[in-house]
Amino acid sequence: MSALDVATIKRDFPILKREVNGRRLVYLDSASSAQKPLVVLDAMDDAYRNHYANIHRGVYTIAEEATAAFEDARRKVARFINAPRTDEIVFTRNATESINLVAYSWARANLHAGDAIVLSHMEHHANVVPWQILAAERGVELRWIPMTPDFRLDLTNLDALLDGARLLAISAMSNVLGTINDIRPLADAAHAHGALVLVDACQFVPHVATDVQQWDADFIAFSSHKILGPTGIGALWARLELLEAMPPFLGGGEMIRDVRLDGFTTNDVPWKFEAGTPAIVEAVGFGAAIDYISALGMDAVRAHELLVTRYALDSLRDRFGDSLTIYGPTDVDRRGGAVSFLFDGIHAHDISQVLDEDAVCVRAGHHCAKPLMRQLGVPATTRASFYVYNDEADVDALMEALAKAQKFFAV
Amino acid sequence: MAGLEDLYREIILDHYRSPRNRGELPVPPAHKVEGFNPLCGDEVVLYLDVDPETDTVHDVKIAGQGCSISQASTSMMSAAVKGKPLSEVRQLIRAFKALMSIHESKLEGDGDDGSDLAAELAGVRLGDLEALQGVVKFPVRIKCATLAWNTLQQALDETAQTQA
Ligand SMILES: Cc1ncc(COP(=O)(O)O)c(C=O)c1O
Repeated sequence: MSALDVATIKRDFPILKREVNGRRLVYLDSASSAQKPLVVLDAMDDAYRNHYANIHRGVYTIAEEATAAFEDARRKVARFINAPRTDEIVFTRNATESINLVAYSWARANLHAGDAIVLSHMEHHANVVPWQILAAERGVELRWIPMTPDFRLDLTNLDALLDGARLLAISAMSNVLGTINDIRPLADAAHAHGALVLVDACQFVPHVATDVQQWDADFIAFSSHKILGPTGIGALWARLELLEAMPPFLGGGEMIRDVRLDGFTTNDVPWKFEAGTPAIVEAVGFGAAIDYISALGMDAVRAHELLVTRYALDSLRDRFGDSLTIYGPTDVDRRGGAVSFLFDGIHAHDISQVLDEDAVCVRAGHHCAKPLMRQLGVPATTRASFYVYNDEADVDALMEALAKAQKFFAV
Repeated sequence: MAGLEDLYREIILDHYRSPRNRGELPVPPAHKVEGFNPLCGDEVVLYLDVDPETDTVHDVKIAGQGCSISQASTSMMSAAVKGKPLSEVRQLIRAFKALMSIHESKLEGDGDDGSDLAAELAGVRLGDLEALQGVVKFPVRIKCATLAWNTLQQALDETAQTQA
């Protein structure tokens, strides 16, 4: 028995009613971006139709309504990750911008040549390239936590890696392997060495109940579009003292308190980091998405995904055996619902093309994790990923489509 | 709606399963060029041996990895250019790109050139390569098909430079 009533949930998502090539859409690419429930679309539509104005400026009714809705969304985001304070949530465009904000603001104010940042081999490009740019500019050293053969962080030399480090920037859940990294012990180790901790929680937050206080992290980045919300908005959570001490990132309207010809003073946190007109209606949609998934219950969401992921791993193994290699932990309790695999020597693009004939949507490629793909020694994998609207029937559709691909490309 | 059989014609699958001219050539005299498709990790390695006396492709070998379309296109390209004069190879590149709906001369805004190109290409025989025409209906796969040809273009340019 699933913890979720998937048949009902499917009906909440308008796009799942459409067909592709005359077939029911089987969407297995939520790790890339999730589909949107009607309540999110309606909330955004209502915001545009009835409450739309710029925020924090107008003194008229609809401007006040828009401002209240925007700030209410911030409260929802804060509560969703158990942040101690609402003003610790900075709205950004996405997780990528959240990480860049830390790299441009905190890191450029605090790191110098010879300082070290510790990353891991399983990071998304979003948590690699901003640090490489900084390293090239400042002479900061990048160190890498390697991976074990069973796709987990190899923490054997963690203390040596953290020695002299100023920041540990690490993913809570790999978008390729599904691996869940246990953040608390990593944060404890980093703090013991005087390093701060940034968690790329982009894959974790949508799928597992998140508690930033339990993690004891310093910065957390995630995106709305992977949590059933709209694109164009994401969040950075950071401890208030850090945000207050950090210089602004982008300059412009909203982020200032006062501007004179000879300079400016900054607005309070978090608005100090929200220059220009933000994604107002997207914030409302983000809040509505959090309401929707919170009503399902994050424990039920996780329980359901464990069920579907276990079913998928078992089905893949039973049906295709040695012709299929899964890149990721086999122990479902310590992984998420992203399942990457190599299939019978068939290139991921070809698989994904054949699957599309049956309206099965999977991701093919390097998943923005090229350093990891190099470690795995594969140019591309096929990835199926699951969310609240997926069930065993979707996994079965994947199996049938894979069998078809195998037949099609048989040598 | 374009179906799979439009994309994966039998001749393409044949080149994918049994690629022609796979291997390496000694460098020099051959010239080695690697082409990458950064989006999907497809890789083409091309060894091109041009005979400077006759200005023909004396020999060609290919290596690399990738999807069926990129690898079949590479194999078909190698078979199509082997033994051909460079002038014909250059025409073939242009004709292939036109087949993929890539009209570079038009991009440069030269109105007359489009029809000149059509006239020039009317005489080019693509043969088996025409099987790749179905790729046009799958826009994201066009890059897979053209990778080998862009790599060939680069090899020709670099060979011309070293011989100049
Ligand atoms: C682990 C991880 N980090 C960061 C990102 C970047 O997210 P966005 O593109 O929304 O900024 C992704 C998105 O795929 C991801 O999976």
